[in-house]
Amino acid sequence: MSGGAQQPGPEGLPSFLADYHVAPGVADELFDANGNMRPVWAGFIRQLSQLTPDQVTERFARGDQYLRDAGVFYRQYSADPLQEREWPLSHVPVILHASEWEDICAGLAQRAELLERVVADLYGPGQLVRDGHLPARLIAQNPEWHRPLVGIAPASGHFLHHIAFEIGRSPDGSWLVLGDRTQTPSGAGFALENRMATARIFSDPFSRTNVRRLAGFFRAFRNAMDALPGVAGRRVAVLSPGPGNDTYFEHTYIARYLGLPLLEGEDLIVKNGEVQVNTVSGPQPVGVLWRRLDAAYADPLELDETSRIGTPGLVDALRQSNVNIVNALGSGILETRVLLAFLPKIAEVVLGEPLRLPNIATWWCGQPAERDFVKQNADKMFIGDALSRALPFDIGSAAALAGEARNLQTNALPDWIDENAPNLVGQEAVTLSTTPCWVEGRMQPRPMSIRVFAARTPQGWVFLPGGYARVGRTGDATALSMQQGGSVADVWVMCDAPAAAETLFDRESFRREDTGALPSRAADNLYWLGRYVERTEGAIRLLRGYHLRLAETGDPADASLVEVGNLLGALFIDVTQPAHAAIAPALGAARVCAGKVRDRFSVDGWAALTDLVNSLEAMSGALQPGDESARALGVLLRKITGFNGLVHENMHRTSGWRFLTFGRAIERADAAAAVLAAAIPGEDPSSGLLDMALEYGDSRISHQRRYRIDPTRDTVADLLTLDVHNPRSILFQVSAMRKIAEDLPDAKVEGRVSDVLGVLLRLETELVVAHPDTVTLDCLHHVRASLAEASAALSAAYLV
Amino acid sequence: MRYEISLSIGYNYGALSDHARTLVHLLPSDLPGRQTVSSRLLTVDPMPNERRDTTDFFGNAMSVLAFHQPIDQIEFTLSASAERLAPAGSLDLSPRLSDLAADIAAYRSLDPAAPHHFLGASPRILQDPAIADFAASLRAPGSTVRQTVEAISNAVHAEMRFDPEATDVDTPAQEAFANRHGVCQDFSHITITALRSLGIPAGYVSGFLRTIPPPGQPRLEGADAMHAWVSAWCGSEAGWIEVDPTNACIVGADHITVAHGRDYADVAPVKGVLRTSGDQTSHHSVDVKPV
Repeated sequence: MSGGAQQPGPEGLPSFLADYHVAPGVADELFDANGNMRPVWAGFIRQLSQLTPDQVTERFARGDQYLRDAGVFYRQYSADPLQEREWPLSHVPVILHASEWEDICAGLAQRAELLERVVADLYGPGQLVRDGHLPARLIAQNPEWHRPLVGIAPASGHFLHHIAFEIGRSPDGSWLVLGDRTQTPSGAGFALENRMATARIFSDPFSRTNVRRLAGFFRAFRNAMDALPGVAGRRVAVLSPGPGNDTYFEHTYIARYLGLPLLEGEDLIVKNGEVQVNTVSGPQPVGVLWRRLDAAYADPLELDETSRIGTPGLVDALRQSNVNIVNALGSGILETRVLLAFLPKIAEVVLGEPLRLPNIATWWCGQPAERDFVKQNADKMFIGDALSRALPFDIGSAAALAGEARNLQTNALPDWIDENAPNLVGQEAVTLSTTPCWVEGRMQPRPMSIRVFAARTPQGWVFLPGGYARVGRTGDATALSMQQGGSVADVWVMCDAPAAAETLFDRESFRREDTGALPSRAADNLYWLGRYVERTEGAIRLLRGYHLRLAETGDPADASLVEVGNLLGALFIDVTQPAHAAIAPALGAARVCAGKVRDRFSVDGWAALTDLVNSLEAMSGALQPGDESARALGVLLRKITGFNGLVHENMHRTSGWRFLTFGRAIERADAAAAVLAAAIPGEDPSSGLLDMALEYGDSRISHQRRYRIDPTRDTVADLLTLDVHNPRSILFQVSAMRKIAEDLPDAKVEGRVSDVLGVLLRLETELVVAHPDTVTLDCLHHVRASLAEASAALSAAYLV
Repeated sequence: MRYEISLSIGYNYGALSDHARTLVHLLPSDLPGRQTVSSRLLTVDPMPNERRDTTDFFGNAMSVLAFHQPIDQIEFTLSASAERLAPAGSLDLSPRLSDLAADIAAYRSLDPAAPHHFLGASPRILQDPAIADFAASLRAPGSTVRQTVEAISNAVHAEMRFDPEATDVDTPAQEAFANRHGVCQDFSHITITALRSLGIPAGYVSGFLRTIPPPGQPRLEGADAMHAWVSAWCGSEAGWIEVDPTNACIVGADHITVAHGRDYADVAPVKGVLRTSGDQTSHHSVDVKPV
């Protein structure tokens, strides 16, 4: 359908709202209980109605394109650990008025204070249990109550620093807390990305000047971390569980956004009670870890002994009160579902006032009266695991909803409740409000909940003025989660006046961040990324050379072709394989390395690499050997050159760039030596092999210009080994590596050079004084052995 | 009974191990009314760069060791003297098993001796239907908690064959029970699993046995190495009672406690994270002499 702007319907509503029917007994974000559009939406709806349906489609596509380009994804937990899914953005934002928002935040600030008091008691005096406000078994048998942490007061004085709340609107229009996220709340980074996307969709003529900005929240949180005790002179870092995690993208994104290094457990060591990060400049002290991994995995020595992603000794470092972990290890216990049954009462005991914002009504079946109530009202409840940390709308495997037991062996719900009573809670099956969602050209009401983010600052709790809405795929509120096909939406907090513009950095206190020393593991991944990308490029060049020759002769058994095939074979490239299969291993390895250092990559660089991988996958259909393969390889060659260009033109000349470039140089020098060793094994190599070597070195034209004779053994050896001006020569690359090695930490200490620099200086000198006729097979083997020595020395000094 | 205890545990690594960190539970402690330790000395060779002697959640002595230099072997030597008192009387003060839950619920505390820590799952204790059925079959109507604990400990002893070659420290209780063989760790884990399945709080105790039995008595199994047994909470009146399913006895003056926790993972004598790739070999010997 195309045509003009969307004409108002009979009730003065645009046509895309004609089918928008709010279900009875359900609150709606767009329309109030009387069916009138809420004023806060009016401007947005009016502007949307002035677009043609095609324009709307085009704008939504623009937002999706932004997210694809930015590489926003989430991981679906599945058999394939690296499967990534496109980000499911519901394009229409949820719009709330600032005054309503302020009320919500005031209630949540009170709740944050309550949660802090509860967790401090659970790891401290234990008064709540002693006074009977919390049953001891719910704590003692809770997998998130970690005994080694009992009695350890956080260095900062607080357990909670960055938390989130899942809230929803109940049918009477009031707000409810559905769950607390205190372990490692995810979503703030995604909220930022959603905002970037909606900013592109609802650009002019949409007016967003009254929508509150997000950057100030992150600035406040970053400043608060910098201000924690003992942080001066020590690093602030993000601690991630690694690329296997479903929200890894967010870890990389937020680390890049805040300018913090992204670390994993193996980057850290604990020495004399201090947490240190291994960097290319040696160990450096860490003052704050903003952790994104669950506490159990943080220390295999004292917490979950099976963890492979933790740091041995981390808990002991906490005991010596030397590092701030945000949020404190152990805070995850506050996410336990059954606590919601006790928090309203605890608020009155601890704070002396009722909760300003109620939480979802919850009953623990371990108490007889509560159990009977749950049994009698089972048709209006979620019934599930008391100690679960999942949100009420993320139904687990053994749970009941609306009296209907899901995946239960026994059909009799009351019996099931009686048998498992102490392990069960009932929660009111609240009907969430609906919000408009664009479905095939029309608005449809869909259930939603909002995640609200809070950060502790010296001035108190501050809130991200916006958030991250989860929107159901259908009218069924149990399918809110993305893993179940739900989508996410931006949240706009609308003021009556233009909102202040904000950026991440204080204008008045602008300072260039000290980029800090590069963590060794990141350096290692960059180094290998450089090597694998170069290896991929080399393989493409050689294979293209082979297929071009095959296209000329048309006969794989031709002697000249067999000779070239053997040369490739000496470099472990099998010409009988389809072209893409010969390239895939190196490119796949490059992608894995890149995936581990995404926080250090530009968005464009990542997009270029992804494009390359996709192009290679597209080649995996039946490509004919010869001309067709050669042309496809030519396309790949241009793309990989584009990637290299992006990286090398745009990457800051920090130590990350040095390791990447060093990797590329060493791989190029080594491959050149390997190709030459295969091409000029004796005194009188064949012209076909000499030609192939030149083609590999992209040096045919240079050769013509420089020597004005047909290639000979000596001219090829000269050009590809000793020519200081040829970027494809071994000497050129060795000199480049030597220059980089001089810039690495501790390259020269009291007149002594580092091992890696020593190896390279020696090799460079040997090549500078060499003659083409001394470039023998032995010489080339010696070059390769020296390069291996340089690689080992680099690893030993900087990468482990 | 007073004892002189000496222990030596050593590991040889096939390759150098970098940045080793180790948690050690080897030092016995005073236990009011049960055990008095008059001297204790743990030496570690090579000397660690860091050593802190502290206590863990359950009140056990715990040594935190760290090596900044690569090491390829490590040796722990303990010498201690301790007096162990026999438990006072065998009067059964425990409630009926059916009344235990109310007793537990009335215990409003998370202190280290609270029964709540010793129910449900813990790192090495998972529910197992076979062990639960076994436990249920031993549940006599009207019996007290203590009678049930002793019945289960004795039944595990009767059911299982002691076999030091059959299992290792990582063998799950279910597997040892399915095959009806194992060592003191397996006997203890099976007994704990069985007791918890009946709602009886049960924990794991590590320690020593006297090496040479009193004249006329048989030598106890497990005296050549560190031993393990079970502690069960028998109600607020009776408190904790210890049974040794490996030897089918109530723990008396022949056992010296080193550490107690929910299961082996809480009290492993030497728990280490060693970055090494080679094979490792170990030796382990204990001598406990009455004086």
